[in-house]
Amino acid sequence: MASRRLASLLLNKTLSSVKSTAVTPLSALPCATWSRLHIQPRSGVSEKNFSSSAPKPQKQTVKVAFILRDGSRREVDATVGDNLLDIILEHDVDIDGFGACEGTLACSTCHLIFKQEDYDKLPSKPTDEELDMLDLAFGLEDTSRLGCQVIVTKDLDGMVVTVPQGVADARSGPL
Amino acid sequence: MNIIQQLTQTMQMPQITWCIARAARLSSKTFRKDCHLFHSSKYNQRKIFVSKGISFFSTSSKTCQHVAIVGSGPAGYYTAQKLLKGHPDVVVDIYEKLPVPFGLVRFGVAPDHPEVKNVINTFTNTAQNDRCNFFGNVELGKDLALKDLRDAYTAVVLCYGAAEDRVLGIPGEDLPNVLSARSFVGWYNGLPQDAQLPVNLDCEAAVVLGHGNVALDVARILLTPTSILEKTDISEHALEALRRSSVKRVHIVGRRGPLQAAFTIKELREMTRLPDTRTVIQRADVDGIDKCLKDLPRPRRRLTELIYKSAVSPDETEVKTWKEASREWRLVFHRSPLQVLQDSNGQVKGIELAVNRLEGDSLQNQRAVATGDREVIECGLVLRSIGYRGLPLSDNLPFNSSRGVFENENSRIKNEKGNSEANFKKLQKMYLFQHLV
Repeated sequence: MASRRLASLLLNKTLSSVKSTAVTPLSALPCATWSRLHIQPRSGVSEKNFSSSAPKPQKQTVKVAFILRDGSRREVDATVGDNLLDIILEHDVDIDGFGACEGTLACSTCHLIFKQEDYDKLPSKPTDEELDMLDLAFGLEDTSRLGCQVIVTKDLDGMVVTVPQGVADARSGPL
Repeated sequence: MNIIQQLTQTMQMPQITWCIARAARLSSKTFRKDCHLFHSSKYNQRKIFVSKGISFFSTSSKTCQHVAIVGSGPAGYYTAQKLLKGHPDVVVDIYEKLPVPFGLVRFGVAPDHPEVKNVINTFTNTAQNDRCNFFGNVELGKDLALKDLRDAYTAVVLCYGAAEDRVLGIPGEDLPNVLSARSFVGWYNGLPQDAQLPVNLDCEAAVVLGHGNVALDVARILLTPTSILEKTDISEHALEALRRSSVKRVHIVGRRGPLQAAFTIKELREMTRLPDTRTVIQRADVDGIDKCLKDLPRPRRRLTELIYKSAVSPDETEVKTWKEASREWRLVFHRSPLQVLQDSNGQVKGIELAVNRLEGDSLQNQRAVATGDREVIECGLVLRSIGYRGLPLSDNLPFNSSRGVFENENSRIKNEKGNSEANFKKLQKMYLFQHLV
């Protein structure tokens, strides 16, 4: 009964809005142009397949293992030349909230922690912009990087990467 | 075609079903364990409330749990995402006051940060789940009472944000062109309720009160060349006004010092790199802070280093840009507003500030104390960016009006008698959004 009443309440509301506004199409609302709000995927990235590398005649892969938040281990064949965000998406490694900004250096949700020896072997050092985003990450370590900025090389075969706890419980007090 | 069909088509949402379910009551223990929710410190006032559920009936024979989420911003969609993933049978209904979803991602994120809005793709995936329904244009407290939801759902989750501005309570605050940064953001982001905001940019100087990221956002929009802004999804009325703007100087004023600033480094770095714009930070304000750098945690250390460097030793490119710049922004520390001054026509002509010093031992918790000195900054526009507070629902739930939050015990909303009966989940920290609002 309760939900039926709720449904009729809603229906009344929606019906009255039909009468009063004659159903303004969304496009006519006085808002920023809606069509422009569609975000284009990064160039070279199709909707489903996030692999950023061009097709190669022979894909060379190395083993990369991820230690997930629940402590389990997931090993994948990572294509050399791809970044770790794309590899994680390609292999459906299940990490909540991972890669929210889709690799545009606008969030820190692809935060990963490396072993010191692997960290030293990574092909590039973090830029100021990457460090700026990492500063917002939970569980920041000296060997933290953003997955979207780390390109896999042959040297990294056998690397083990830890996925940090992505969230802090606000009930434990402000950080 | 009824409005539900129309909404369904327009929003590209899954078919909206009014699932009426005989619900096994969601065990509070299970819920707590599985429902990891996200939020940022800026979303502290977003509240999650899970009421003692009352069962209702399903059109399908399968029993299911039915959760109402109020608000379709990041907190709402992350809550839905987590619930749908962790509970294979749960059905989630998201209620939204506006006709369109995504809340502050759409109306809070600055238009020149489109990459941050990529998260909309994640939320759209959630919205396309068959067990996730969206009801836009429905306002809690007006179209629906909380009691309706409590009666109809297994659980109710409040993610409706902090809807009210904190105010300064100083003389002149109600003058024209003394605006809340929140409305100003709504104005340039195309929020319907702020489309008519009377913004007058026919002045050389503006003062932004507050040292958070919203303060930097509004200052950046005021100073960014419109040739850049016109490539973004900024609202047309704001773009038009900014094209005619005379604002050349923005003072960003805070009560305390560089070590207590609440903005984050990415936003500050953007300010120092604004085209044709000079960064001005007084050396006196940063004197000595280089000495405590090594004791600070890394994020605070890097932020402080950037403030210090910008004041004392900008690099060559910056020196060159800043020398030739026609606009400037000033980071002003240790000042509290006393009154907004007006000219004989009742227009803003400046703001009077009290000069503060800091008291207390722990750097980040130092308090600002007035020294008795005063100064005036001339300006024609004042933007107040000192934070938000939540609003209570008219449902007799105990509300702490000084803090703007529901009374809660370990994140559970207390019931009418003051007991923590309901299983209340406070949102957990989600870093993505920390710097956005």
